[in-house]
Amino acid sequence: MAVMHLTKDNFDSVTSSGLVLVDFWATWCGPCRMQAPILDELDEQLGDKVKICKLNVDDEPAIAQRFGVFSIPTLMVFRNGDMISKEVGVHTVEQLMTMLG
Amino acid sequence: MGSKFDILIVGGGPAGISAALTACNRGKSVGVIANPPETSKLNLAESVTNYPGMDGSGAQILEKMRGQLSDSTAQLIPGKALSVLPLGKSVGVAVGNDFFEASAVIIATGISRRPLCEGETKFLGRGVSYCATCDGMLYKGKKVAVLGDGEEAEKDIAFLKEIGCDVSAFSGKGKIEILGDMKADTLVVNGETVKTDCIFILKETLSAESLVNGIESERGVIKADRSGKTNLNGIFAAGDCTGAPYQLAKAVGEGNIAALAACDYISKLN
Repeated sequence: MAVMHLTKDNFDSVTSSGLVLVDFWATWCGPCRMQAPILDELDEQLGDKVKICKLNVDDEPAIAQRFGVFSIPTLMVFRNGDMISKEVGVHTVEQLMTMLG
Repeated sequence: MGSKFDILIVGGGPAGISAALTACNRGKSVGVIANPPETSKLNLAESVTNYPGMDGSGAQILEKMRGQLSDSTAQLIPGKALSVLPLGKSVGVAVGNDFFEASAVIIATGISRRPLCEGETKFLGRGVSYCATCDGMLYKGKKVAVLGDGEEAEKDIAFLKEIGCDVSAFSGKGKIEILGDMKADTLVVNGETVKTDCIFILKETLSAESLVNGIESERGVIKADRSGKTNLNGIFAAGDCTGAPYQLAKAVGEGNIAALAACDYISKLN
């Protein structure tokens, strides 16, 4: 499953079921660009077990605000719609695995 | 993504330059991420009298060293490294809006002269940021405070104003306290209270822990063995960031050793 890009139109429906990792990012952020290939690798390793998503905070500032994103990249894990984990800064595949439990 | 190097060196002071020159001699492709020379601690030394073969002011010695660096095959990458991360077989380094990759990275960032503010660590990532160009856009049209001086800080302040932030700037000297509940919202500078949505602390160098996620350190000093190896694969450290003595000769020596250890590490990768 490829990394999915979220918008205000699909954010709630995508995060409402299963385990979902969301990367809040922007094009002008160097560390976010470093995070991108790591997410691709994680997606490859996990397949359908976890939905790996990205949300561009420039395109969707309201969602970023709703979840209290003060610094990017911010990574959040949702389980059936509930946010269960939130971390700021670039993270390795292993660290993301730990976040996912 | 920027280019891929054999070795990336974070820091353009004596340890970083020494590491770069050695790695270049060994035929490695080298990138050096460096702030302007004025920000190096060596630049402030009035007179250096215990470095064999060279004497003069710190600024003169640094100028000579930077000259050697520009004459070498190393590529100078001006800017501040924001994040260093092991990516398995390589190491990633984010610099401003850019991202580079190398087989090995040598941290030679020196020591930060700025002490931590009260509340700084507690609110980092929650209303406290070290990078205006990273997080500034999240505060478009809002009230922000900046702590820092020097050319880089001025550039960042101009950037924040340009994107529509209402900026209060402070040198960062004196008694500083950051207050808030879930998120930092108040800055107290020498008794003056400022309400703010974000506080940008602009340091020349990030602390080892905030630069390298997961690096083993003690009181801001990176734990490295005699070859410069840290607890993270492919990441080495040299110079003042590995602790005292804060001497030019020690920094230059450690840069050399770390570069050789990094070359050795790379040869075993393939």
